[in-house]
Amino acid sequence: MTVVAAGGGEARAARSERLHLLRRSPSVLIGAGIVLFWVSCAILGNHITPYDPIYDQTQNIFAHPSSAHWFGTDRLGRDVFSRVLAGSRDILLVAPAATLLGTVLGTALGLITGYMRGIVDDVVSRLIDAVLALPLIIIAVTAIAALGTRSAWAVAVVIGLVFTPIIARTVRAAVLAEREQDYIQAAQLRGERSPYIMFVEVLPNVMPLVLVEATVRLGYAIFAVASLTFIGFGIQVPSPDWAVQIFDNYTYVDPNWWTVLFPAAAIASLVVAVNLVSDGIQQAYER
Amino acid sequence: MSAVAPQPAALEFDALDVAYTVRGKDRQVLRGLTLRVDAGQTIGLVGESGCGKSTAALAAVNYLPRNGKITGGAVRVAGKDVLELGWGELRRLRADSVAMVYQNPGAALNPSIKIGSQVAEAFTVRGVARGEARERAHDALARVQIADPDSVMGRYPHQLSGGMQQRVVIAMALAKDPALLILDEPTTGLDATVEAEVLDLVAQLQAELATSVLFISHNLGVIAKMCSRVGVLYAGRLVEEGPVESVLQDPRHPYTVGLLRCIPRGGVRKDHARLDTIPGFLPSLGAELPGCVFVERCALADERCHAEEPAASVVGPGHETRCWHHDRASELPRAEAADITLRAVDRTAAPVVRFADLGKVFKQHGHDVHALVGVSGEIWPGETLGLVGESGSGKTTLARTLLGIVAASSGGVELDGAALAPRFQKRSPEELRALQIVFQNPDSALNRRHSVRRIILRSLRKLAGLTGAAAEQRMLDLTHSVRLSERTLTQKPSQLSGGLKQRVAIARAFAGEPRLVVCDEPTSALDVSVQAAILNLLVELQADGGVSFLFISHDLGVVRYISDRIAVLYLGRLMELGSAEVVFGGPHHPYTEALLSAVPTVDGGGRERIRLEGDIPSAASPPAGCVFHTRCPRKLGAVCEETEPPLLDAEDGHLMRCHIPLDELRRLQR
Repeated sequence: MTVVAAGGGEARAARSERLHLLRRSPSVLIGAGIVLFWVSCAILGNHITPYDPIYDQTQNIFAHPSSAHWFGTDRLGRDVFSRVLAGSRDILLVAPAATLLGTVLGTALGLITGYMRGIVDDVVSRLIDAVLALPLIIIAVTAIAALGTRSAWAVAVVIGLVFTPIIARTVRAAVLAEREQDYIQAAQLRGERSPYIMFVEVLPNVMPLVLVEATVRLGYAIFAVASLTFIGFGIQVPSPDWAVQIFDNYTYVDPNWWTVLFPAAAIASLVVAVNLVSDGIQQAYER
Repeated sequence: MSAVAPQPAALEFDALDVAYTVRGKDRQVLRGLTLRVDAGQTIGLVGESGCGKSTAALAAVNYLPRNGKITGGAVRVAGKDVLELGWGELRRLRADSVAMVYQNPGAALNPSIKIGSQVAEAFTVRGVARGEARERAHDALARVQIADPDSVMGRYPHQLSGGMQQRVVIAMALAKDPALLILDEPTTGLDATVEAEVLDLVAQLQAELATSVLFISHNLGVIAKMCSRVGVLYAGRLVEEGPVESVLQDPRHPYTVGLLRCIPRGGVRKDHARLDTIPGFLPSLGAELPGCVFVERCALADERCHAEEPAASVVGPGHETRCWHHDRASELPRAEAADITLRAVDRTAAPVVRFADLGKVFKQHGHDVHALVGVSGEIWPGETLGLVGESGSGKTTLARTLLGIVAASSGGVELDGAALAPRFQKRSPEELRALQIVFQNPDSALNRRHSVRRIILRSLRKLAGLTGAAAEQRMLDLTHSVRLSERTLTQKPSQLSGGLKQRVAIARAFAGEPRLVVCDEPTSALDVSVQAAILNLLVELQADGGVSFLFISHDLGVVRYISDRIAVLYLGRLMELGSAEVVFGGPHHPYTEALLSAVPTVDGGGRERIRLEGDIPSAASPPAGCVFHTRCPRKLGAVCEETEPPLLDAEDGHLMRCHIPLDELRRLQR
């Protein structure tokens, strides 16, 4: 007698149901639509903008929004609409890079502290608490100043490092719960080494959580890159980056509001879109 | 059925259909359930998981989950149709006249509210003033035989044992003097001794208060003890119903016959016969079943059974069954051949594992907790040593100490005569492969993200050193020997049923041809038909390969079936050790005697219940003298309180830790 599988396809069904939920969730659809829009703008760049975002400088400075310049022109007479369309490129590289770095390091640290526990966990956890007690911007500015470079990649590295303990703490909590499962003991009893157990046995089980955490962090990363850029670190002129535009024009905001409003709205739309997607993913996994 | 009954039934399901909406489709879970609970009666409802037992309980108070709906028939409580009640009336019905007790008392109590306030709330919700409610809470706790209600009222749920928690829940359920009490697996997570106490309590209260009870359980022994009538549910249909003795002694539906054959009972042991099983699986949720619901798994089924739903036939006084072949039900052919040949255990050979004077001390809040005290024993090749005792007796600690998950504080473990390192990290791969484990909960034991194939191949690589084609070949042999089909290999654990998952876990443990496998309650999370198949598998693996088992279970019938010898633990001490026949046949240690008497059996009657007073004492401050003296019904006197009896060989290797001489025990227990 051979026993055949019952309820085959249950897990596959659950997964396809999850995808189905994701596809049907309005927040995911709207969020993903906005993100895709900005990603395609970043890829197509100058090909779709009515003017060159950097070099088309006219005498017509601070022109009001009009049919020729939908979002008006800035202090050098550049078309704000073109610059908003082209302005997503740098932040869409720097923010995901920062998030990726933070997620990879944070997940590794969370796995190690959660699985090893003991003295490693105590020391690292206290350090994490200490880092979390400081405001992100202060750490970032201090670190960038200490590094002596204001480049965008330095900002990405610093934001990634700042995110590391935050992600590590979330992952650690999940690993602590996972560690109590019997399959961990089974792995130990067949002589598996700790790195194998952490990365091959535990990691796949905390991946959904890591995914959710990464999307949440991506929203914050966009915000952090924009903030640091605005105070002069990170992405630099002449990039048409949104935060660079705000930095460039904010002293003239009264009465030339369009030079700041449209890039600011663009940043907000991207942050909100990422958060919508992240909420949707979270809900699909919590069901 | 007469339309106007002289007295309305306390609960009546009338051709009830319930469906759950899953992925946009309605799936039927109850199919025309008709069952009456008359006033003052206790009616049992049995069936395996997924049969719809709990759905029936929820439907009784119209409290189905959001995706559930009643699609036909009626539910009447005390003559009132529950479906026609308005929201306010329904709330009053749930508050005043129907009470429910669920399986897990820990989840039924709010962990952040003291017991006193929680029980009092059951009264204030019905309009009793606060001060009076506390007094009545006190009385309610006293009524469920809680010895010291005042101190219990000041405690939080987590400070109480499972049995005490369940009593509190029952006290709350009875607060409103319900006309109908629904018990959904009320003792499933409890120790046999505690289960017996809770069942006694329910029976006594039921007699006192004349409450009507719907008793849901998968345990036929419990049903036999508690109920006057029983309904057998399969795939949402009541396939048999009648007086308990009649249904259990003369079952007339093949499903009931199969269920009863799956249970190891009447002293049957592995060398007598294989257990019978019920082949196949429960039909999937909401499957179209035009004929008999059991047809796919029934050896008696013919064309008529496939085509036509069997009508209810009366087969005895008040005994109905839905089977076209009810007259032949008892002739149901066995699904498993009964014959089996086992090798006799050779105890002149060297034991596989010997553990001597094992002790384990845990530190807890600065106190020493002695989880194991001077436990010694041997396990011979091809032998099964059963380990029994209440929770907290040290069974799991002993198993974990052998495996090296927990390092012994004193004493040591030998494998084939060579001392083992106390912790598994220091043991060689050879030693690791020799000692393996099958866990209780197969969901937790298998990595949900790995396929069956990956799980088994990895174990073969680590435990047997096999890779490539050799590993593939061995994997196929292994899956074949645990009776898994090849197509399960590509599946993830969540795609498998509980029994199949447990087979994967067994295959993994057997990857390195182990010498001793610890089986830690391997069947307690499974239905009885699946349990029987897993027990058969373990016995076959033992017959083929001569592996030894250390088998932990709280189900004494299972332990008796599979074990060659049995060790009884209490508070970390070995109280009795002997062959299964002797330990179960007697004379027993007074503790073993109490354990055995607590188990409700399908055959009913038999032993007189021996009550153990109170809970197992704390291992942090064990009683002086014999640790069992505080609860021992056969205590002699001062000697038991002052001197700990030694573990002596009473007769032919039957070890016993008791001051009462063996002959005296034999006389007392006759």
